[in-house]
Amino acid sequence: MGKSVLLIEDERNIIEAIGFILSRDGWEVTTHSNGRDAVEAVRTRRPDLVILDVMLPDRSGFDILKDIRADAELAATPVLMLTARGQEKDREMARRAGASRYMTKPFSNAEMLAAVHDLVGS
Amino acid sequence: MVALNLLVFVCLLYVAFLFAIAFGADRAARRGRGAWLRSPIVYTLSLSIYCTAWTFYGAVGFAARSGLEYLTIYIGPTLVMIGWWWTLRKMVRVGRSQRITSIADLISSRYGKSNVLAVFVTLVAVIGLTPYIALQLQSVTLSFATFADADPSTDGYPGQQYTAFAVAAGLAVFTILFGTRNLDANERHHGVVMAIALEAVVKLFALLAVGVFVVWGLSGGIEQTLARIDASPISRWEVSGSRWVGLTLLSAAAFICLPRMFQVMVVENENEDHLRLAAWAFPTYVMLMSLFVVPIAVVGLEMLPAGSNPDQFVLTLPLADGQQGLAILSFLGGFSSATSMVIVAAIALSTMVSNHIVMPIWLRFTGGSAMISGDVRHVALLARRLAIAFILFPGYAYFRLSGGGEALAAIGLISFVGAAQFLPALMGGLVWRGATRAGALAGLSIGFVLWLYCLFLPSFGPGAVLPQELLEQGPLGIGWLRPQALFGTEAMDPVIHAVLWSLLLNAGAFVVVSLFTLPEPLERLQGAQFVDVFQHSATPGSWSGGLAQSEDLLIMAQRIMGGTEAQALFAEEARHQGLAGYLPEPTPDFLQTLERGLAGSVGAATAHAMISQIVGRATVSVEDLMAVADEAAQIMEYSSRLEAKTEEQARTARQLREANEKLTQISLQKDAFLSQISHELRTPMTSIRAFSDILRENDGLDEAARSKYASIILDEAIRLTRLLDDLLDVSVLENGQVVLSAQSGTLADVLDRSIVAADGSGRLDIRRDREAEQVVLHTDFDRLAQVFINLIANAAKYCDAETPRLSIRSQAEDGRVVIDFIDNGSGIPTDQHAVIFEKFSRIGQTRVDGAGLGRRSAARSWPGWAVRSPICQDRTAPPFAWCCRWARTPRPGPRNEGAGKGVGNHAPLVCGPAGPGFILSRRKVCPISTSAPSSTARPGRDAPISTPARCRPRVPCGWRSRDRATASSGWRSPCARSSSDASPTPNSRTRSMPTT
Repeated sequence: MGKSVLLIEDERNIIEAIGFILSRDGWEVTTHSNGRDAVEAVRTRRPDLVILDVMLPDRSGFDILKDIRADAELAATPVLMLTARGQEKDREMARRAGASRYMTKPFSNAEMLAAVHDLVGS
Repeated sequence: MVALNLLVFVCLLYVAFLFAIAFGADRAARRGRGAWLRSPIVYTLSLSIYCTAWTFYGAVGFAARSGLEYLTIYIGPTLVMIGWWWTLRKMVRVGRSQRITSIADLISSRYGKSNVLAVFVTLVAVIGLTPYIALQLQSVTLSFATFADADPSTDGYPGQQYTAFAVAAGLAVFTILFGTRNLDANERHHGVVMAIALEAVVKLFALLAVGVFVVWGLSGGIEQTLARIDASPISRWEVSGSRWVGLTLLSAAAFICLPRMFQVMVVENENEDHLRLAAWAFPTYVMLMSLFVVPIAVVGLEMLPAGSNPDQFVLTLPLADGQQGLAILSFLGGFSSATSMVIVAAIALSTMVSNHIVMPIWLRFTGGSAMISGDVRHVALLARRLAIAFILFPGYAYFRLSGGGEALAAIGLISFVGAAQFLPALMGGLVWRGATRAGALAGLSIGFVLWLYCLFLPSFGPGAVLPQELLEQGPLGIGWLRPQALFGTEAMDPVIHAVLWSLLLNAGAFVVVSLFTLPEPLERLQGAQFVDVFQHSATPGSWSGGLAQSEDLLIMAQRIMGGTEAQALFAEEARHQGLAGYLPEPTPDFLQTLERGLAGSVGAATAHAMISQIVGRATVSVEDLMAVADEAAQIMEYSSRLEAKTEEQARTARQLREANEKLTQISLQKDAFLSQISHELRTPMTSIRAFSDILRENDGLDEAARSKYASIILDEAIRLTRLLDDLLDVSVLENGQVVLSAQSGTLADVLDRSIVAADGSGRLDIRRDREAEQVVLHTDFDRLAQVFINLIANAAKYCDAETPRLSIRSQAEDGRVVIDFIDNGSGIPTDQHAVIFEKFSRIGQTRVDGAGLGRRSAARSWPGWAVRSPICQDRTAPPFAWCCRWARTPRPGPRNEGAGKGVGNHAPLVCGPAGPGFILSRRKVCPISTSAPSSTARPGRDAPISTPARCRPRVPCGWRSRDRATASSGWRSPCARSSSDASPTPNSRTRSMPTT
């Protein structure tokens, strides 16, 4: 399919796992692992989909999402948010910040694939 | 002839009879029976004590000497009684509404409860009455002497002074027995009043009997008597107009002002309406008493040998005619006159003396308050009894001093003038609101001094008290100051002279001083109460109000005591009184009980005022109001105490609020912790799940990949385990269940273990001073290692320097080993110091790794350690003070207040001991599990925060001594210290350790 995905995540093992799953599914996976220049990375890579972890070094995932949505060129990019916090208020924050979808860790590989297909789909 | 012994016997019999009457009347009054005791007739008869022995004997003498002038003594009181509506009614009303006990009380109450005035009036009254009492003694003595003269067998007659003494003593005993039996709230003496009324009848009857005997028995009828009178020199007496007016005024004043008259007229008054009867009955009585005076005098002068004492005509005429029975009756009449006067006077004066002189002094010396207790009543009674004895004594002394030779009337007039000095202050106070205490005092003083100077002292005779020259030429030869011719008024009668000047100057001073002085607030109030008494007080109802009053009382009591309780009280009393229904008669006893009951709820003064209002015995007096005000003040004081309590509650509320805030914070921390834990658990779980899924699918993975993924799963599982261990460890430590097991070893050993465990990856550049670390420690090495592991791991994780470095320095110091962990990170902001060692706390806002348990464990691994934020300069601190260290790395931003002394902008690192509650003292050894430190530091996760920690445990003395006793090796100090300088991020330090 050749669709590109930018994975912004700081946990090495998780990067490895998601990268493996998506690559195998045919995605072009690039990764970024700190919050400080994440928006910059999105701007340069222009991925079809962003997978964004909430807890990042230096900068919160929510802030990054806000910046993406505030940027006219990037605003349309679907963003799948990942969080290790399962609380309702985090989900609500993500929705308000403009997340296209929200997933709580841990998740099954199938769920992940379904989600990305859903978001980029067709 | 009548034997003297018989006379004495009759006399005693009569006294015994009076005694019985008084006793019976008292008992009847106490039992609530005897309405007849309170009849207007009795009241009127009791007023007749105005007619004393002076009247009984002296009037005849007066008439024999001065003709009809004796009538002035009776015209004055008659005018007062007839005009009762204007003066007496007001006095009686004031007396009742203010619960006045004596004339001194009235005057002092009117002028703002002035005790000075009360004492002064009392003294004047005692001195003024002395001649009067002497007069009574003299008359009784004379009458005995008369009988003795007529009795041929009178060898044994002991002489005048003995008789006088015996009479005085006897009267004192009688008065004490009946005048001070109890301390009535209203000072009423039913027994005495009854006896006096009886005596009034006896003396009137005796005098009338003598008169009838003289007119019809001796003169042979009315016509002959009138003819004799015409022939007698008495009818030719020219009486000067000034003396008539003067004496009439004097007797009117005395009638009002004499303490004994005040006693019977005002104090013993039961009902204001009694005055209506007395207004005509008393003048009638007086008229009857004086009816036969002139005939007796005329016949006496005519029939008895010249030189006979005219004062004794009422006795000597019957005796001369051999009428022994009549003579004895006459004697009893005179005896009655004398005794009734002395008894009432003594009661009145003793009340004044005890209330205004003895009690105030006694209370002051015993430090007692004005509260009436049983003790005080006892003292008051004793004071009255003694006062009675001491009042009669001066009378006796006066009798002895004046030689008993004066005419009775002259002595009586001296007393009258003395009492009349009260008139300006009394009447002025009742009608003029502008009258002041100073005015009253000035008037009384001047009047009293003039009375002493012009009349009383000269009455002892020239040379007795005042020297002859003074009387004739005046003091220091100043003629116009001669006692009996002031301002050159030489030709005047001495009595009139004294009356004129003393009353004139008295009234003048009273008015002038009153005009120039201002009344005090209490005087103003009292003045209004007195002058406008008819507006202020309701008509005092009689006690027969009965059930209507009871109902009012019940309604009031219910409001105050509560319905059930009040009704029970009333019903009980009704049963007690034998009445059907629930309303008792408002007897004095019941009222007292009720008042006591109410006082429990509303205070004594208020209760009294309330009952008085309803029973109508008295209106609220200023004293009551003051007492109510006092109670109000107490209530205000109480409420201010309540206010203080409110403040306390506010303080408590504040503390609660603070506690609540802390709880809220802790709750937030808890949420953060749960969130953190969730993250910590889910993150490894995510990897585990993803890779196990991948492995399960086994979709073309090579061996290397499979092995790699499997090891990731293993790593993450270990990470989870460690996290769980940390959690369990914390909870164990929190519960205080940790018990340490002591081992021995060097600090270096522990640090080696710790570093391997905490920083396996070698991210940190750790610098140590192995030399200093050779100190031997005796402690639980596992726990200590855990402390170090946590601190080192913290530094490894959070040091934000480019090349993270951690210095570990140890130094033996004052028997302790201080270990510092110092990294080169940016340090912890000052405002976060307080929570450094709080469980779950993480410093910094963005992202943090780890549950925040590490530092907590560091602090808690050593039970009894605590961490506080206060900052102090490390080395200068006293041994047990909290210490701080400064991070080596400058930190931008606001500095803490501890910075100074060139320390500059180093963030303090704080940690300290919590005191001597060391766990080792429990001796219960059981190993605690410490988590296996992770061998992998995770540099990528290092938070941009530094967590300095510096612990400085102090080893309790108990431990030290115990160790000395039991441990063999070179234990010298219970504490070791170590420190290090260090790594990029946190400036971590720990100091601690019991050691050698």
